[in-house]
Amino acid sequence: MKKDIILSGVGGQGILTIATIIGDAAAEAGINLKQAEVHGMSQRGGDVQSNLRLSTEEIYSDLIKQGAADMIISMEPMEALRYLPYLSSEGVIVTSSHPFKNIPNYPDEEALYAALNSLCSVSILPIEDLAKQNNIPKCANVLLLGMAAKYLEILSPEQLRESIKRVFSSKGEKVVEMNCQAFDIGLNSVK
Amino acid sequence: MISKRLLLGDEAIALGAVHAGISGVYAYPGTPSTEITEFIQSNAPEVRSRWCTNEKTAMEAALGMSYAGKRALVCMKHVGMNVAADAFVNSAITGVNGGLVVLAADDPSMHSSQNEQDSRFYGKFAMIPILEPSSQQEAYDMMPYAFSLSEQMRLPVLMRVVTRLAHSRAGVQVTTPIAQNALNPDNERTHWVLLPGNARRQYASLVEKQPQLDKSAETSPYNRLHTANNATMGVIACGIAYNYVMENEPLKRGISVLKVSQYPLPEKTIKEFAASVDTLLIAEDGQPVAEEQIRAMLGAEYNLRGRLNGALPRMGELTPDCVGAALGVEATTSFAASNGVVARPPALCQGCGHRDVYDALNKVAAEYADARIFGDIGCYTLGALPPFRAIDSCVDMGASITMAKGAADAGVHPAIAVIGDSTFTHSGMTGLLDAINDKANITVIISDNLTTAMTGGQDSAGTNKFEAICLGLGVEPEHLHVVTPLPKNMEQITQIIRDEIEYKGVSVIIPRRECIQTLNRKLRQKRAQEQ
Repeated sequence: MKKDIILSGVGGQGILTIATIIGDAAAEAGINLKQAEVHGMSQRGGDVQSNLRLSTEEIYSDLIKQGAADMIISMEPMEALRYLPYLSSEGVIVTSSHPFKNIPNYPDEEALYAALNSLCSVSILPIEDLAKQNNIPKCANVLLLGMAAKYLEILSPEQLRESIKRVFSSKGEKVVEMNCQAFDIGLNSVK
Repeated sequence: MISKRLLLGDEAIALGAVHAGISGVYAYPGTPSTEITEFIQSNAPEVRSRWCTNEKTAMEAALGMSYAGKRALVCMKHVGMNVAADAFVNSAITGVNGGLVVLAADDPSMHSSQNEQDSRFYGKFAMIPILEPSSQQEAYDMMPYAFSLSEQMRLPVLMRVVTRLAHSRAGVQVTTPIAQNALNPDNERTHWVLLPGNARRQYASLVEKQPQLDKSAETSPYNRLHTANNATMGVIACGIAYNYVMENEPLKRGISVLKVSQYPLPEKTIKEFAASVDTLLIAEDGQPVAEEQIRAMLGAEYNLRGRLNGALPRMGELTPDCVGAALGVEATTSFAASNGVVARPPALCQGCGHRDVYDALNKVAAEYADARIFGDIGCYTLGALPPFRAIDSCVDMGASITMAKGAADAGVHPAIAVIGDSTFTHSGMTGLLDAINDKANITVIISDNLTTAMTGGQDSAGTNKFEAICLGLGVEPEHLHVVTPLPKNMEQITQIIRDEIEYKGVSVIIPRRECIQTLNRKLRQKRAQEQ
């Protein structure tokens, strides 16, 4: 079994935290993993992505082939569409609906939503609003991970929740609690 | 004891080096190599690991540690090799005492760089062994191997990685560390004093060692052949390219693979492999270093494919897709690129002091018919992009000051240099001395944010020393100014810039305000401690 995932967003939105949680859960479960990250200049507000590959078999390439990704998990709707050529025919997109506008020529939002909704398997939610409403504004990324957990298959929601506890443990009980809450909100919001 | 850890390629290199018993790591930050030294700083207090001023000082200090009998690692990004080159090439002439490994992290596709030069050329140039891991596990395993090889051959060893390995994470089996070497300074002065008479003998000795280097590569555990049944096509897969080749299941397609991770290229093995197939594809990330040499080995008639004949793209990072295409694997894209997606270039952070510097510079520059602003390497290079579009050049570390000087010598006025604090100590100080000695008509802005920001906030070598450095080099006190780049000070800053442009000589203006990223990080840490 394998899951090839593209995580995308804008520098500073917290996609590497999502990758860290999934990576920790995979390592704990003894699943092979490769995760290519973006460091350096792009982190200053540019588009960022991470190729995350999970498999019970040996993984060679750090990069996912075009047409081979099982999932795109995105903190930003336009950034979800940027990696469309990498998505497989049965692939799933899980994305935030909230546009991050730090460029003057950001496209029309309705056109973006239309493009996303024209695809077969898309979960799109205003994760930042949901996080704010629940008084956990800094946990939008983990809420998105909760949504994605529904489709991850190779790792169970329980395994991911345990990993959240480990990853955030150094930041105190309250932070762990808020992130677990965010994860569950995301998980329960996907039918 | 064996345990498995999830590590970035850079972290695997760092841990491998620590477990190989290094006593020091010497480096200047540079993407994608920075995390190696950072990992050692946070995980191995027994290893000397403070950042160096530039790659040349790093290389020389590491050579000094090797001279003293201990193992040392030097890390840099590929363009850092240009800075370290003098010491690097001559370290192959002196040879080493304690093991010395030079780690160069290349950046094909220029994710964070101004060229995609291939460091393997430097290894060949210096006539030393080169190692090129294909995976995080190999990166770890190769470190003790590299140090042993270095001590056995009494030569520095170059390890070359690329961005995709440096910044990708995977599980790595780690083993038991070995102890550091004891202090044992070399007594053989004729090896180390490179007067021409000694240098000639040392060079002859380097040439004599070449067959041993060849033999080591021919028998290296890291160069392996995978033979497919009745193969007519073969691939020579160098370093990380091996992964992109294997991702496309060559053996199932009847394609044999020779993995190459140790150089000099194993000529005998390659010739035998070439004779066993009709066509050879050379897959290597970076420049066609191996392809050119293999072309020379096999002759013009041999059906050789790679970056030079267009089978693979001439430039840019390899991908599993382009390697697949070269192996005849059909692409299976399901969705076309969305036409609603636009580029999102990086930008200076909101609240960053460089923004205020460029606002001021743009305001003053607009008052002149032909002001030219020479930029440098760092976050502030982003001042080239909208909304600032403020700089006219960015070439290499320190070139802002020296290019402004040359342009001023030619008659450009105003000629303004913008350089960051860390870049100034790396390579700007010597150029400033030139300008002062020649009384060049330039205005230098040292935009000081108290850190090496672009690479994530490492210590900057000159913090709290810039006024003293400038005065010591000979900047006149009345033409040295320190300002705080904030919108409320715009009037004052622009007036100082105007006045100093009109002064016919070298002026230095230091806008100083802490990087917003490091400042926020410190505030977060403080809050966490208070809780």
